[in-house]
Amino acid sequence: MQKSFSQKRLQEWIIERCIYMSGIASIIFVCLIFLFLAKEGFSLFKNISIFDFLLGQKWYPISTPPFFGILSLIVGSLYVTLGATVIAVPIGIASAVYISEVAPPRVREILKSGIEVLAAIPSVVLGFIGMMTLVPWVKNTFHLSTGLTAFSGALMLGFMAMPTIVSIAEDALNAVPKRYKEAALALGATRWQSIWRVILPAASSGIVAAVMLGIGRVIGETMAVMMITGNAARIPDNIFQPVRTLTATVAAEMGETVRGSDHYYSLFAIGIVLFIITFCINLIADFAVHRKAK
Amino acid sequence: MVKTVKVQALDLNVRYGTHEVLKALSLEVYGNEILSIIGPSNSGKTTFLRCLNRFNDMYASFHFKGTLTVNGVNIYSDIDVEKLRKKVGMVFALPTVLPMTVLENVAYGLRRHGIKDKNKIAEAVERSLQAAYLWDEVKDRLGEHGMKLSGGQQQRLCLARTLAVDPEIILYDEPCSALDPISTAKIEEAMVRFKEKYTQILVTNNTKQAARVADRTAFFLMGQLVEVDDTRKLFTSPSDRRTDDYISGRFG
Amino acid sequence: MIKNPYFRERIAFTLLFIATAIVVLPVICILFFIVKEGWHAISWEFLSQMPRKGMREGGIFPAIVGTLYLVFGTLVFALPLGILSAIYLSEYAKDNFLTRMVKLAIINLAGVPSVVYGLFGLGIFVVFLKFGSSLLAGSMTLAIMVLPIIITTTREALDSVPQSFRQVSYSLGVSKWDTIRHVVLPHALPGILTGMILAVSRAAGETAPILFTVAAFYLPRLPKSIFDQAMALPYHLYVISTQVPNIKLEVRYGTALVLLMIVLSLNLIAIIVRAHFRKKRKW
Repeated sequence: MQKSFSQKRLQEWIIERCIYMSGIASIIFVCLIFLFLAKEGFSLFKNISIFDFLLGQKWYPISTPPFFGILSLIVGSLYVTLGATVIAVPIGIASAVYISEVAPPRVREILKSGIEVLAAIPSVVLGFIGMMTLVPWVKNTFHLSTGLTAFSGALMLGFMAMPTIVSIAEDALNAVPKRYKEAALALGATRWQSIWRVILPAASSGIVAAVMLGIGRVIGETMAVMMITGNAARIPDNIFQPVRTLTATVAAEMGETVRGSDHYYSLFAIGIVLFIITFCINLIADFAVHRKAK
Repeated sequence: MVKTVKVQALDLNVRYGTHEVLKALSLEVYGNEILSIIGPSNSGKTTFLRCLNRFNDMYASFHFKGTLTVNGVNIYSDIDVEKLRKKVGMVFALPTVLPMTVLENVAYGLRRHGIKDKNKIAEAVERSLQAAYLWDEVKDRLGEHGMKLSGGQQQRLCLARTLAVDPEIILYDEPCSALDPISTAKIEEAMVRFKEKYTQILVTNNTKQAARVADRTAFFLMGQLVEVDDTRKLFTSPSDRRTDDYISGRFG
Repeated sequence: MIKNPYFRERIAFTLLFIATAIVVLPVICILFFIVKEGWHAISWEFLSQMPRKGMREGGIFPAIVGTLYLVFGTLVFALPLGILSAIYLSEYAKDNFLTRMVKLAIINLAGVPSVVYGLFGLGIFVVFLKFGSSLLAGSMTLAIMVLPIIITTTREALDSVPQSFRQVSYSLGVSKWDTIRHVVLPHALPGILTGMILAVSRAAGETAPILFTVAAFYLPRLPKSIFDQAMALPYHLYVISTQVPNIKLEVRYGTALVLLMIVLSLNLIAIIVRAHFRKKRKW
């Protein structure tokens, strides 16, 4: 009896050590991700100034002399992201409202699973479908020389951001206490008035978080964007021209770089830019959610 | 009757951060008695109770000073906290049934303390459920989920679960605050019968309950012990004005 | 007429309905389209044979196997680490500034673009640790990517276990680990399982993190060891739809269909698990 007791103690001690070590390991990984990106990315700035990198318009990484200006890529990402946001935010919030406040319970379940399915479709499959259907459609409808444009990318990414926006906004709407709505209805408001005047304002910070996380998803999207935006690294005049995003640049070029070259480091530097952008977006979302908690 | 001192608190000072909860509190609990602790909310009753099974340890801001002994052993220095809690059981205000069957709820503590013999467990389960006046109601429902029992049954199930690990002292933290009068009566009946075996400490907001079951009653106010006496005496002729005010309902 | 609040409500609800249809209908169309165009290509040969003639003929067997290997490898690394870390953060870590920062960082890591994980995997596993482009490096990269997902979902599941269950267990003199093992974990299991399956489906479908850590363009054989490169379905689909000309459409759709089936059935399992436990849990 005594022996089995101490054995149990030992077992427990070992398991708890493992738990501690896993916790520490995860913390170390978090730090490593940043350190590694930073180490590789900052090597670029030994040779190229950070202003030339961020504000340079020419991205010719393999010509001699090479140019590593990512402004055109940033603008590319911005075009696609803005376009996608303009499409996704109103439609996404509207569907969230419909699903959480208007749809009857059975319809709600079906719609929600439809959105879960959309969230599950791998981006490379959506990119492929976009190439096959969306790109030719854009080309023919707008009489363009190519359908691989920022517009196609924005449409596709707007669609891909929907699950994030809808599900988080829906959670926010559901979190609004029922008595708010009931109070509004009791005062003679129509359901729509209670949604528009009471529920939406009450859920606003959660909806802000939904929008931010949706934008984060769009900026980080890689494969679909690489397959349908045309990948031309220049600043476009309008949305119907090919663009190239930050993510697509990394994905498309990393395979061909020489390790330790400036080109290699420059792609890591782009990684840092992406990391910082998405981190800020997530922080804003987090902040919005916590403001709600108060 | 010879009274043995089961629990002795000497000059307890407890604070959470800078907030003092118990101040220079000294109190003895005798073996096989029911001591009830009454007092307005925030008087430190529950904090005192939770000192006895070291349940306050989990709060980072908890600071403890003084001596607290159970059976003469200092529980804040000389004993393993798990052994202490096995000896000092606790029944909570809200019935908290673990998400498992009735049988497994009662057997839970036994199993975790390394008892594997099925017969032993079955026997202990029956004994504990009978002691908690629940056996007749659930003997055919042992395999059902514990959450299916009624609220009063759930609280008696919690009591049986506490009894199963064979404690010496049972702490009750307002055990009947969520129960109807009939269930309350059943619990109180069990408590009175437990006196032959256990020492019991009852924290309650219900002064009538204290008057019904307790041998002695202590009155706490703002972290201090105002007085402790035989229940009948405390309720009929308290020696302190504030006790009188409280039990006659003039405040609190 | 316009001023009538009930008329306005009708209009508003109709618009909301249209918006929802805009989101959900294309999903159905996409699924229908891929199944319609792809199912001709699906045959036993297509699923079980090596690709031939520069991927223009033959099957996609090595890509399927590669994806399964990657998913398995990802789980091996991410699951124990993720669950144990979540237990650490939820149950053991003291609530101080450092812990809060780590929790925040982990939640935010879930939003970092997958291509950035690819960069990280390349930097640390392929180059620094010299694993080369290999199953090992790819699995570890995917594992790091899904780690935040597993940690976050597990933590949510653990935090949803009522504190009172733990208190009861402690009050009976049960140790902390035994309490976690016998009360907290069983109760949190459905949530943990759902998170795990979603992480797997994410790992199976991602392309960007494996681009430079494991994926082989054309490798008509199975990987021999964990230090070998491998083909993978998502990358294969990318390659045959953008990099190799003159591939029959059918093959592309077929590959997309197989990938979609794998990912969606994983999600379906997650949904069933969740529904099953939700029904079982009566309170």
